[in-house]
Amino acid sequence: MALADIPLSFPGGMAAGILAIAALYYIRGRENDYKTAVRITPFLTPFLLILGLFALFIDLRHKLFFWQLYTNIKLQSPMSWGAWTLLVITPVSFIWCALHIKDIFPKWDWKFKWLYVLEAFFNKYKKTFAWVMLIYAIILGIYTGILLSAFNARPLWNTSILGPLFLASGLSAGAAATLLLSKDAKERKQFARIDLVMLGIELFLIIHMFMGFMASTQVQIEAARLFLGGQYTMSFWIFVVIIGMIIPAILEIMELGRYHIPVLIPAVLVLFGSLMLRFIIVYAGQVSRWLY
Amino acid sequence: MRYAMAVDTRKCVGCSDCVVACQTENNVPIGFCRDWVVEVTDGTYPQLEMEIRSERCNHCVNAPCVRCCPTGASHFDAGGIVMVTHNDCIGCGACIASCPYDARYPHPSGYVDKCTFCIHRLKNGMAPACVDVCPTKCLYFGDLDDPNSEVSVVLRMRKSKTLIPEAGTEPQLYFLI
Ligand code: SF4
Ligand code: SF4
Repeated sequence: MALADIPLSFPGGMAAGILAIAALYYIRGRENDYKTAVRITPFLTPFLLILGLFALFIDLRHKLFFWQLYTNIKLQSPMSWGAWTLLVITPVSFIWCALHIKDIFPKWDWKFKWLYVLEAFFNKYKKTFAWVMLIYAIILGIYTGILLSAFNARPLWNTSILGPLFLASGLSAGAAATLLLSKDAKERKQFARIDLVMLGIELFLIIHMFMGFMASTQVQIEAARLFLGGQYTMSFWIFVVIIGMIIPAILEIMELGRYHIPVLIPAVLVLFGSLMLRFIIVYAGQVSRWLY
Repeated sequence: MRYAMAVDTRKCVGCSDCVVACQTENNVPIGFCRDWVVEVTDGTYPQLEMEIRSERCNHCVNAPCVRCCPTGASHFDAGGIVMVTHNDCIGCGACIASCPYDARYPHPSGYVDKCTFCIHRLKNGMAPACVDVCPTKCLYFGDLDDPNSEVSVVLRMRKSKTLIPEAGTEPQLYFLI
């Protein structure tokens, strides 16, 4: 049994992180300080979102009826929210890239006049547009977690902490992407700092998640035990927490201090950790269940 | 109208006739089932206690599968029967993950399928196939809003339980104990 939308989780969460950071820095007028984050890294997001959508489509079993997602609005269904959010955020990411395409291809020519008109229009209302992007990016980031936590039937997922946890994980993956792409030492330092804060928040949320489980009902205690001695213990604590969070955090602290660490290492580790976090929570959740 | 079913765990012998009858009636693909039999044994030999349950979708009043369906394919039909409209279903699997009883399965044709309380038979005044076929007559079916229906009467006369009521789904499959 696989739940469609799950392959969307990592690329979707990462795209959400990148777009939220870009929008936030643009709104705060820092685009010249953090050029890569605002102008360059978002170029990854159309690919990430398309990849995610494609993976989602592959996972649907009744593919020909895909359009049913867009003839219905179901406020109680997280998946419906996700589908509609994607419908907004994907074109938004394309437009954001189009507005910055001259940063990548300085000689870019739109060829048609109406495209220039469109570009001028979005440039005029860019701040409003950035707000829309920020809000939808955050909804998308939280959605990847809330989709799971809405399932009362799977005790491991049934905690609202997954929303902020997956959002934080997406933001740290987004920051790691800029860390990888940026050539400006000052920007890299700032994003190492953001990454560090996000990793701290993630660790804090993970600890709280387990504290909540252990203080809850038997089914949730059993769910937590999957990670505290059960079959997912090694993979979770080694791949997600140690390799994906603690080691990159230490490396980033060293980088912020006197040592010089190739950014490639912590950034790749953070991306790996974010991927593993989602992967493991998704699989372990399907193992956890009510006992009767 | 509120359809419900009661299963007498004291009469059920676990013969699985209900399972076969359902597979035949509803053309359930090989390897899948809409109803199944659970045997629970407690204690150590020779002090044993055994419960046999014929289980299926609980047609929950507060059905998480209906709530999480993004297309409305999973919906409440007449009498509270939870149904899946095949051509509205995109096969996303949200409802499968949301059911605490694992009552749903992905049909090889792509949509998700499950017990319908044989709604097509009800419309013709018949009982569900499993109820009709049970050799020990341990399945009771009917309308809970009608105080004289078979299921209302037996639920008044006997002690009963539902499965995982703490999941908050208000299941409508009762087990006489
Ligand atoms: S038993 Fe499962 S499939 Fe049936 S109504 Fe309840 S939640 Fe839905
Ligand atoms: S698999 Fe079909 S019935 Fe189930 S939630 Fe998805 S669309 Fe609805």
